[in-house]
Amino acid sequence: MSKERIKIAEELFDIMPAEYQDLVKRATYGNEQRGWKDIGNAKELIEEHSLCAGCPESMAFRYILASLPNPEDTVMVGSTGCTSLVFPHVGVHNIHSLFGNQNAIASGLKRALTVRFPDRHKDVVVLAGDGATVDIGLDMTLQAWFRQEKFTTICFDNELYANTGGQESGLMQKGFVAKMAPVGKTFEKVRLPEIARESGCHYVVNCTVSKPNLIEKVIKNAVHIAREIGPTYLQLYTPCILEIGKNSMEGLQEMRDSEKPTERFAYKEYVSEPAKELLAELAAKEKERKAEAKRQLAGQTA
Amino acid sequence: MAAQASFIGQKNKKEQVYTDPWHMMNEAARTPSFFTGSEVIKEAVRRASCDIMVAYPITPQSEAAALCGELFAEGYIGDYFRGESEFAVMSQCAGAAFGGARVFTTTAGPGTMRAMENFPMWAGARLPIQMIVTCRGINSPLSIQPDTLEISYLMQTGMLVWHAETAQDFYDWILKGYMVSEEPDVHLPLALCCDGFFVTHTKDMVDLTPVDMCLPPYDPYRSPVPCMDMECPPVRMMRDPFVMKSNYISYATHASWQQEVWAAVERSRKHTIRWMDGLIDTENTDADVIVVASGTAVSQSREAIAMLEEEGIKVGLVKVKTLRPWPGSEIREATKHAKHIIVPEFNITGWLAREVSATIPNNERVHAGPHVCGGMTMPPEIIAAEIKTVLGVKAPSLAGRGG
Repeated sequence: MSKERIKIAEELFDIMPAEYQDLVKRATYGNEQRGWKDIGNAKELIEEHSLCAGCPESMAFRYILASLPNPEDTVMVGSTGCTSLVFPHVGVHNIHSLFGNQNAIASGLKRALTVRFPDRHKDVVVLAGDGATVDIGLDMTLQAWFRQEKFTTICFDNELYANTGGQESGLMQKGFVAKMAPVGKTFEKVRLPEIARESGCHYVVNCTVSKPNLIEKVIKNAVHIAREIGPTYLQLYTPCILEIGKNSMEGLQEMRDSEKPTERFAYKEYVSEPAKELLAELAAKEKERKAEAKRQLAGQTA
Repeated sequence: MAAQASFIGQKNKKEQVYTDPWHMMNEAARTPSFFTGSEVIKEAVRRASCDIMVAYPITPQSEAAALCGELFAEGYIGDYFRGESEFAVMSQCAGAAFGGARVFTTTAGPGTMRAMENFPMWAGARLPIQMIVTCRGINSPLSIQPDTLEISYLMQTGMLVWHAETAQDFYDWILKGYMVSEEPDVHLPLALCCDGFFVTHTKDMVDLTPVDMCLPPYDPYRSPVPCMDMECPPVRMMRDPFVMKSNYISYATHASWQQEVWAAVERSRKHTIRWMDGLIDTENTDADVIVVASGTAVSQSREAIAMLEEEGIKVGLVKVKTLRPWPGSEIREATKHAKHIIVPEFNITGWLAREVSATIPNNERVHAGPHVCGGMTMPPEIIAAEIKTVLGVKAPSLAGRGG
C-alpha cells in the first residue's frame, strides 16, 4: 500500500475523523528513514492506548511502530492479553484471533501474502505477551522457527500474566510469589532466547525498552533479516508496574535496573552468519546513502 | 484496490482455463472415472484454484491431505505445508485466509475436536475456509473407525456444515462450496463432512468436470470485512476494545455480531438451493413412513427401502444435504403426510433426530434410530427391522440383536 492509497477526496476531507486526516497529512508511511525521532514530529501509528498509566508496554508500542521499516506493507499479529487491548488503536492491519496461536496465524498469513504478492515485500510481525509466546503458544512459536517461517516474533516479557491479574508464567523469575505460585515459582525463568537460537532464529535480542534508539535498531534488523533470511526473535522487558508493586513513574527505572550487566535483561544478541552478511550490506548501503546526501548538501551550498 | 477484472477465459500457469463456475459445474461435459473418495478430493482441489493448503496426518483423511501435496508439487496450489497439530493447522488456515488466500484443509475426529477453538473464530472473522471432515470416532478408548459425533459440535460454530453421501457429492460440493461460502453476503467457512472410510476409502464411479477447467480465483476484496494485507487504509478499529467494557454497548456489539454471523448462515440458503438444487432430496414423500438421514446413512436407507418395497411396504426418503443452514421448512413440508419418521444415524447421541424433532409438528412421529457407533456398519436389515417394528409388522430376529 502506498501513501496515495489513504488519500481522502478533497470534498470529504473535513468530515473525516481528525486522526485519519492526521494520518494522511503527517504519517510516515513510505519514508524509509522513519524512526523513533519522528515521535512528536509526525503522526504516530498509535493514537491512544488503553494500558495503565506509565505502562512500559505503551513506550514499547510507540518505539516499535515508529521503527517498522515498511509499515505501509506490514501486517501485525497479536494474541490475547494487554497487547490485544492496544492493537485496535494501531494504524497497521493487525490480527487478533485466539490466545497463543499467533505464530501459526503469522505462518499462514506470511505464506498467503507471498503467494499473492510475489514481487513485493509484505512484512509480518508478531507481537505477543510472554504467556502467549512461551506457555500456551510455545509449540507454535518453536514450530514456526523450525520451519524457518520468514517473520519476526516479538515477546513483551512482563514475567507474568498481567491482564488476568498477575499469575505465574514461564518467564517469571524463580521464587517470585504470585497468583498460582502461592509459595513462589519453583523453577527457573525459561531461557527462550537460547532456545530461539537453537530453534533456527537468525537474530535474537534480549533487552529492555528503556532506550528508543536501541529499539529502533533491533526492530529494523529483525524485520530486514526476517524478510530476507528467516525467523527472528526479540524478547523485550516491559515490566507490569502494577503487579510488581511499582508506581506509574517507576517503569523506566525498573527497566534500567534490570538491564545492568549482571541482571537478567542485560543486552544479549545472537546474529547468524547469513544475517551478519545482510546487516553488513545494509550498513554499507546506509553509509553510501549518507555520503550521497552529504555530497548533495555540499553541492547545494557551494 | 481497483476492481478486479474478470479472470474468466484466462489461463493459469497449469494451462487450465478459469471458467464460469455455473458452466463448469452444470453444462461442461463430464468424464466418468473410477476413484476412491480421497482421490476425488484431489481431483476437486485440482480444479479449485486454491492458494494455500495446510495438512496434518490423521486417519482417515491422511491420504487426501497427502494427495493434495502432490497437487502442490505439480503446481496446482500456491503453497502447501504440514502443520504441527490440528489446532495450529486451523490457525494457519485462518492466517492465510486473513491474508486473502483461498484456503483448503482436511481433518477428522479427534483432530476436529482438537482444533475446535478455531471454528467459531473462523466464522466470527468471516473467513471462507473450506475444511473437509472425514468423520471418525472421538471416543475413548481410541477408535479410528467411522462415527459422525463430531458433526454435532461443528453445527454450533457458525460454520456452514454440509454432509456428503457419496464421492460424487464430495466432488461437486467441494467446488460448489467455494461458490457459496465466498458470496459477499455469506463469507463463512464450510465444513464439508463425510463418513470416513465409507466414502474416503471405497472406489466409486464419479463424473469429473474437464481437467483443463478451474474455478476463477478468490477475490478477497469482495469480503464483507477488510482483508489483512495492508492494501486498504488501516483505520483504527475502535476507540476502546469492546473486551474492556462491561456495558451495554459492548454486549450489544458482541450480540449483534453473533446475530450477523448466523444471519449470514441463513443468507447462504438461497445460494445453496441454487447450486445444490435444494437443501434436501426427497423420494416418495406420500408414504406413511419416511426415513430422514444424512451421509452414508442415506445409502443404507436406500437399500432398506428397496428391500421393504419387495415386501410391499412403501417407505419415503429425505436426504438431508445441508445441516447448516438447516432445512427446517423443507423437512416440515416433506414429512407432513408421514405417520412415522425414522432417523438412522452413525452416532450414539442421535443429533439428527433431535434436530428433526425440534423442527416438525407432532414430533412423537420421530423414531430416533437405529444408531450404530464406534465404527460399526449399518446393515440395511436393521433399518428395515426398525421400520417394521414401528409399523407393528413382525420382523425376523437379527442375529445378536434379540427379537
